[in-house]
Amino acid sequence: MTSRKSVLVLGGSSDIGRAAARAFAKAGYDVGLAGRDVAALEPDAADLRARYNAEVDLHQFDVLDTASFDGFIAGLPALPDVVISIVGLLGLQQNAESDLAHATAIMRSNYEGPALILGLFADKFLARGSGTIVGVSSVAGDRGRASNYVYGSAKAGFSAFLSGLRARASRGGVHVVTVKPGFVRTKMTEGMKLIGPLTVEAPVVGDAILAAVENKTDVVYVSGKWRLVMLIIKALPEAVFKKLKF
Amino acid sequence: MTLVSGWGRFPVVDSDVLRPRSFAAVGEAVSAGTVARGSGRAYGDAAIGSVRTVAMTGFDRVRSFDPATGRIRLEAGVLLSDLIDTFGPRGFLPFVVPGTRFVSVGGAIAADVHGKNHHGEGGFGRYVESLLLRTGQGDVIEASREQNADAFFATVGGMGLTGIILEATIRLRRVETGWIRERVISASDLDAAMRALEASNSATYSVAWIDCVARGRDLGRSLIYLGEHAGRGELAEGADAFPAGRKSGLSVPVDLPSMALNRTSVRAFNELYYRMGARRAGGSHVVSLYPYFFPLDSIGDWNRIYGKRGFLQHQCVIPEAGARAVLGEILDRVARRGDASFLAVLKKLGQGDGILSFPLPGYTLALDFPVKGDILNFLDEIDRVVVDAGGRLYLAKDARQSRATFEAGYPALSRFKAIRKSLDPAGVIRSKLSQRLFDEV
Repeated sequence: MTSRKSVLVLGGSSDIGRAAARAFAKAGYDVGLAGRDVAALEPDAADLRARYNAEVDLHQFDVLDTASFDGFIAGLPALPDVVISIVGLLGLQQNAESDLAHATAIMRSNYEGPALILGLFADKFLARGSGTIVGVSSVAGDRGRASNYVYGSAKAGFSAFLSGLRARASRGGVHVVTVKPGFVRTKMTEGMKLIGPLTVEAPVVGDAILAAVENKTDVVYVSGKWRLVMLIIKALPEAVFKKLKF
Repeated sequence: MTLVSGWGRFPVVDSDVLRPRSFAAVGEAVSAGTVARGSGRAYGDAAIGSVRTVAMTGFDRVRSFDPATGRIRLEAGVLLSDLIDTFGPRGFLPFVVPGTRFVSVGGAIAADVHGKNHHGEGGFGRYVESLLLRTGQGDVIEASREQNADAFFATVGGMGLTGIILEATIRLRRVETGWIRERVISASDLDAAMRALEASNSATYSVAWIDCVARGRDLGRSLIYLGEHAGRGELAEGADAFPAGRKSGLSVPVDLPSMALNRTSVRAFNELYYRMGARRAGGSHVVSLYPYFFPLDSIGDWNRIYGKRGFLQHQCVIPEAGARAVLGEILDRVARRGDASFLAVLKKLGQGDGILSFPLPGYTLALDFPVKGDILNFLDEIDRVVVDAGGRLYLAKDARQSRATFEAGYPALSRFKAIRKSLDPAGVIRSKLSQRLFDEV
């Protein structure tokens, strides 16, 4: 048994997941990467080993398969010190407006699955009396907008869940971090028009997650500008807000 | 379609940009008129597909690393900045780094980039052991000096025109620290500068910054920066063996008006820069590798200081024999014109490794010019001087040379074309640069 700390990244093949894994491996953590396709995670495991001599293991995980969650946690070789959920699905708002299956997939991938798995980890962490839970939510959850409210509402639910979980867990020595990245240049946002000054690269988010865990931050807006932007958006009266199309 | 340009922001052209996420998807992305793009630090039109551009920076994984040999296998989109930040603290650096660390490994191979050590240690390609290439006709081949050697030597310096570089195995240099012992020499004119560079042939790193506003007897006055890797014992008490990677603090947030750089402001800057440098001349001191190798990387988006219309970098190499007279003539023309360029860099080069590699034994001079007025005609005149001297231009910087200039400068071109044809009979790999300089119209 070593004294090395460990992190488990759910959604390890996403750009933010890879960036977070690198940040933690660099800081000396053992890393578990979990994703739907374990074989696809192999190159990232090799990358972490080559760069940082990191101990890396891989786990099959499907955020929509909630029935598998208990078994997933029971099957881990050890309960990690930190668990990060980066899973999510942006989807297409227009399709989600009429295609129930698509809307459901967005809601389940961004809210139901991440909330349920992190809730289970919280139970285990509280029983142990330590641990950090990180949920990557979104500024889109701060107020439902016409252009992406299906995704935004799921993220709003996830943010609310994390907020409550934090209040519950803090009494038991477990810390919960909510991360709201804003625009990040990733696979997920490819092809979207991103506003340059409000956009960051994935490694910036990875470093921000590590810093939040080490500093026990509660809610992280990766770029401070977003905190201001969302403050303004949240403050707009509904009568004005509903006229906005963005 | 997306508007794409190189680091010089000239020309700006339409190309369809794809970001494949797997090597299989790279293969699917290649169609008639495709070229790979790394970090986009080539200045002109080298990394813009004539129809389609395949962005490779998503391929940023290290596959394996052997600390016993310094041998590393990586995907082509890994940036040298990433390699330096990750492996520097472990005592390993790339053997060759260009003037910016924000270039990809694939781009560094394709341009066979050189650094301040080319006169003694050669270019980036010299430290490439093998590479994985997806050719124009769809084969995925491993190429090295022993295996598929033609493809290897055509790909090193081949500007992406042999296919898409997917991975490479390169050797890293073992270093004790991330610090450089720097010595500055001031040279009052071009003769003194060339003598100083010649005399420092045994220095690992050497480069001269030239004040190309200075004229008359000051023509070619320079500061020469020599460097050696510093050992642990040379560091101040308590200093970290590896300096912290500096985050770019300053950046140029908007395009400056094209008037911002004028004769007066450049002259004032150069005067100040030369005097401050000359005051430091003589002794040696230890500096972090970041400002030594990458002085401009500390100013984000510095290409914007030349304004919206962009700028041209003219980098030529002149064979050693006639270099003094030719460089004198070029500098004189530039000084009389008066709109260059605080960045004039003079450096000795050795032999290049790839068939189309830029370096040859001689002196390379790099000059920046804002895109305006009759600059294209002026550079055509400079090109004639270069060609007459048996010199050539660096394709990674080029956005405008003529076919005649190019063909005169690269006598191995026919061999390159033959290899390219065998790897890509249908000619699907095409960049804006190859359309301009290579391909049948």
